[in-house]
Amino acid sequence: MDHAAVETAIATMGLTLQALLERRHLAAPLMVGIHTGGVWVAERLHAELALADPLGHLDISYYRDDFSRIGMHPQVRPSHLPVTVENRHIILVDDVLQTGRTIRAALNTLFDYGRPKSVILAVLAELDGRHLPIEPNVVGLHARLEAGERIKLTGPAPLVLVRGRAPAKPAPKTHQVEAAP
Amino acid sequence: MMSHAKAHDLQLDPAGHLKHLLTVEGLSRELLTEVLDQAEGFLGVAQQAVKKVPLCRGKVVANLFFETSTRTRTTFELAAKRLSADVLNLNIAASATTKGETLLDTLRNLEAMQVDMFVVRHAASGAAHFIASQAAPHVSVINAGDGRHAHPTQGMLDMFTIRRHKGAFENLRIAIVGDILHSRVARSEIAALNTLGAGEIRVIGPRTLMPAQVESLGVRVFEDLHEGVRDADVVIMLRLQRERMSVALLPSEHEYFQLYGLTEERLSTARPDAIVMHPGPINRGVEMDTQVADGPRSVILEQVTNGIAVRMAVIAMCIGTQNRRGQGAVGGLDD
Repeated sequence: MDHAAVETAIATMGLTLQALLERRHLAAPLMVGIHTGGVWVAERLHAELALADPLGHLDISYYRDDFSRIGMHPQVRPSHLPVTVENRHIILVDDVLQTGRTIRAALNTLFDYGRPKSVILAVLAELDGRHLPIEPNVVGLHARLEAGERIKLTGPAPLVLVRGRAPAKPAPKTHQVEAAP
Repeated sequence: MMSHAKAHDLQLDPAGHLKHLLTVEGLSRELLTEVLDQAEGFLGVAQQAVKKVPLCRGKVVANLFFETSTRTRTTFELAAKRLSADVLNLNIAASATTKGETLLDTLRNLEAMQVDMFVVRHAASGAAHFIASQAAPHVSVINAGDGRHAHPTQGMLDMFTIRRHKGAFENLRIAIVGDILHSRVARSEIAALNTLGAGEIRVIGPRTLMPAQVESLGVRVFEDLHEGVRDADVVIMLRLQRERMSVALLPSEHEYFQLYGLTEERLSTARPDAIVMHPGPINRGVEMDTQVADGPRSVILEQVTNGIAVRMAVIAMCIGTQNRRGQGAVGGLDD
């Protein structure tokens, strides 16, 4: 999926998000992107919505559910939440949603920083294959993958969604999701 | 006690991941850098409302301290707790060994309690290596100081503190001052600085407190403090280890301070942005003046904070390696 299609999807997300915020009367939300792809998408959305508070970055490495199988993620970036999440409406942004495990970990991470008033989820690309009862509020595009295929956002500029074959043993990266078997 | 010449072989699993941390000697620059990078991530945990992450939930870390310690033991304990591990503190000097239980019996008993990691401090050089060589395959060992040999997490937390203040090591001039002979901290620092490519490493102290052939460690030797700290970017003061001196190597503490005590005046030849470090506990008025210890260039308390993050990194990396080899099954696969 080329750069223009991704930018169009993000623009659509911005409009949908704006409408959702108005409908639910969510004033002055705090946007938080999940490393790494989610932060790239969130940077665009943050600018589109002209939010007052700076963008937060969330690294979910310490909350992943596969540490007990694969050990430390080699590249951990510190989470950075410039404003407290306590009692705030949060817009959580990620690039690809498939199993829902990343979002589970992200919610746990977020709640160790404080108690948000609410959390809504915005994702650039949504795929089938949920392992957990997690659904997005705002979606850029729906994609369908062949068995063994995966989708990955490359960036930060230009943002391109790349389809590829999953390697035999997928690298544990937050912005890579393998198709469910 | 066993030779620790091959400690570096024991420290890594077949894929090169850290399994035990016994010494920084023999570890690659990539691995030391990984420890520093991981520590950078863990530093942020202290900013959370809940100062804890669930990485090591359900793991048991036993602090085996055969020698007393406050700072090292408490920061190891906090590091393990911030990773959600359970912690056992065993003050062995005052427990079973005095009733005649051997070291190996103590280890076997702790293994029978499904302990996943031993953090060991011992007065004998090579003790942590010996324990690592005898421990069950699912148990990791971290050396928290063995005799005069090594104190790798102190060495690494000092590297972390230096890197956070000064960036790359290549252009740095680092002066280590004091009792080099008895200092496991100095040995670990020198090894880490050499591996990380530090520009120039200096050791400063009286000849009686220098190891034989100290130059072979890759350092420049100074007996004069004023000369030694000239243009230094980092000045690391060591604690005078009276308890390890079997003979009188020093005339008196007063005289030591006159020659090697760090004062603002003596620090004036160092670079204006130089930082001053000390592994603690400080003997005020012996190794350094109170003015320096509490002064603007002192990063001594920051070292303590950084120590927690570095110890979290080392514990998480070792337990992660054990997880990778098969969920830490008790008495499981052999390496």
